[in-house]
Amino acid sequence: MPQAAAHLDAMFQALADPTRRAMVERLGRGPASVSELAAPFAMSLPAVVQHLKLLEASGLVRSEKAGRVRTCRMEPAALSLAEQWINQRRSDWDQRLDRLGEHLKRYPDGEPR
Amino acid sequence: MTDRNVAHGVFTLERTYPDVTPQRVFEAFATEAGKDAWFSGPNERWVIAERVFDFRVGGRERLVGDWKSGLRTEFDALYFDIIPGARIVYAYEMRLDGRKISLSLATFEFRAVGGGTRLIHTEQGAFLDGYDDNGSREQGSREIMDKLSAYLEG
Repeated sequence: MPQAAAHLDAMFQALADPTRRAMVERLGRGPASVSELAAPFAMSLPAVVQHLKLLEASGLVRSEKAGRVRTCRMEPAALSLAEQWINQRRSDWDQRLDRLGEHLKRYPDGEPR
Repeated sequence: MTDRNVAHGVFTLERTYPDVTPQRVFEAFATEAGKDAWFSGPNERWVIAERVFDFRVGGRERLVGDWKSGLRTEFDALYFDIIPGARIVYAYEMRLDGRKISLSLATFEFRAVGGGTRLIHTEQGAFLDGYDDNGSREQGSREIMDKLSAYLEG
């Protein structure tokens, strides 16, 4: 599977869960510690950490530990730069290869003189 | 915002063109007339300001377009590998209004399948900063999040 598609799969999978979506929405407003992220949810801290792991694996969220506090933040590049780049190039090339197909159909034996 | 960053991307596209040989499909990449017939977009939206086409290993291709929107796009490629009827590899740079936005490696494989040709195009790129500056990156990500949420919540 192309890397971009695998990456999208991981992202969609991470976002298929309402708890993880709520976490992403919270992080969309700014960085938060793990306990801040966990606060609205009626679940154990290990369960929250498990959700975070999936979000990090998808590239949507990254976290770093400073002292005893782990701070999580959105990784906008994961959603924006790579996806924009890939989608734009893909669609450019999709159109080009379709035009090439039309051209080949019209001139199957060689370029017109 | 002068945030320096690089995002890497890979994608593959495939097409099967029935009733044409790999050599014929290759020709549409190897000649200027052939490539101009499909490579550039609809011509009512832009004019070609500059064109160089030197199809050989070590040769360069350049296409500069001035769009009606005022945008200038520059495509500069260098051919690294050419096997007639079988494969082409080139690296290229893209600029928007003089800003370098990406560097890519493009590979085209031409394979004979049942009287036709299977074309496999793989592109690997480094996407550079400066493309969506002024905070539009965060804005863009928020919009995508909204769309994803809408999609997932059906």
